[in-house]
Amino acid sequence: MTDAGYDEWLDAIGEGEGYYLECPDGHGSLPPRRVCPECATPELDRTPLPESGTIETFTVCHVAGPSFADEQPYVTAIAEFGPVRLTGVVRGTDPEDVTVGAPVEVGKGTNETTGEDMVVLRLR
Amino acid sequence: MTGVRVAGVGLTEFGRHPERTGRDMFAEAALAARTDSSVPVEDVEEINYGNFMGSLAERQGHQAPLMAEMIGSRCSATRYEEACASAGVAVREAVRSIRSGENDVVLAGGCERMTNLSTAEVTEGLSTAADDLYEIRAGVTFPGAYALMARAYFDRFGGGREDLAHIAVKNHDNAMPNEYAQFHREITVEEALDAPMVSEPLGLFDACPVTDGASAVVLVSEDYADANDLDAPVSVTGSGQGGDSLALQNRHHLAVTPATERAAAEAYEDAGISADAVDLVEVHDCFTIAEVLAIEGLGFYEPGEGIGAARRGETTATGERPVNLSGGLKAKGHPVGATGGSQIAEMTRLLRGDHPNSEYVEDATVGVTHNAGGTVASAAVHVLEVDR
Ligand SMILES: [Zn+2]
Repeated sequence: MTDAGYDEWLDAIGEGEGYYLECPDGHGSLPPRRVCPECATPELDRTPLPESGTIETFTVCHVAGPSFADEQPYVTAIAEFGPVRLTGVVRGTDPEDVTVGAPVEVGKGTNETTGEDMVVLRLR
Repeated sequence: MTGVRVAGVGLTEFGRHPERTGRDMFAEAALAARTDSSVPVEDVEEINYGNFMGSLAERQGHQAPLMAEMIGSRCSATRYEEACASAGVAVREAVRSIRSGENDVVLAGGCERMTNLSTAEVTEGLSTAADDLYEIRAGVTFPGAYALMARAYFDRFGGGREDLAHIAVKNHDNAMPNEYAQFHREITVEEALDAPMVSEPLGLFDACPVTDGASAVVLVSEDYADANDLDAPVSVTGSGQGGDSLALQNRHHLAVTPATERAAAEAYEDAGISADAVDLVEVHDCFTIAEVLAIEGLGFYEPGEGIGAARRGETTATGERPVNLSGGLKAKGHPVGATGGSQIAEMTRLLRGDHPNSEYVEDATVGVTHNAGGTVASAAVHVLEVDR
């Protein structure tokens, strides 16, 4: 199964060519979109995602659903990348080293339990 | 526009009843509400039924007509699904249909059967209230989503886990005498702080339990209540609903809930009151931090001030404005699709004076209920008033 718009976006992230959608008023959003969620204009252009983001909040999850059962405990964070935020699993570090304000970069990873592609954040 | 009166309310005991079917639980609550109201079943013109994950938990879709049949009715019946706000929205639509003059008697409520699933299955089921592409795939569970909001709150406004523990202690205290509550056990701040972590910074005692249960209320028009000489001292005088982006990442701020603000503004204006007039509140405390976000969103506290309310004793049973005298979702239990109806039922009992905690609010005339969906991507707020 593919999710048109989303899968294409995540593949671009994986190739280091991440983008977001920007309207003429500068509102950022993520696909799939037909209009800007802030002002409803259909004029959306792909704009390169900043290389570095900042963790705004995170949680260490100790009780997972079946699709993350093999991974717990794991860290999920929301990071700000310019005008958009991305939610992803933080990999490649101890949970104790994750802090609010830490700089991160984004990539594409695989959920080992489900085989699905996913957004992965790594500390810079 | 006609007034809307609460003619009767009914609840099942909230708790672990994995062997009971949803249809049996809702029938119990609905028949209790009908008996409480003295309204004959043939007068019920519509059933508005809240349910979130019945298709998953019971492999039973199309539940609303089944529920009508269970109470001996062939009236039109519709399921409302708005995650944890399902029954709040079901009640709101009942209020709207009575006010429009279309119906005189509507039975609204909801049901959820959850404990027949494993913890992992429940976690997965509840997570479907989040954004599939941008949240579930990144491991966002229901507790995880509120944990993200809690940390964002602490980071922006201050406060910490000990403040949240006081909310859990308060709501457990309130549930003690409530015969419908899941927990009848006092806890201490230390116990709450020492409990295992679910999704940091939230521990086991910051989270509502997994619950089976059902709720129902019989709402009638002013004319119907008068014509049938009903003893119905409580009216629904205000109703509001608000929405927001489904995914947290698309919100303007992660530690405020504008959907609640919008729903409250609409409900207050509808009732012609301000937040100052409210005597007591039942809010959606699926997690302790959710109670903080709710009392701020409802306008009782400025953003950043609500975190210490329980600790300061302002929202306890003997405080100036008690919050969750029923025990709340935290200790009374949270059968997702039943919760909004349960809040209306508990508030009605509190205002009528037949709730075990009514003694704390003997002079109360104005109550507010607040029912939130997911991470407050939707919210339904109701104002209830005693006027006879
Ligand atoms: Zn825009």
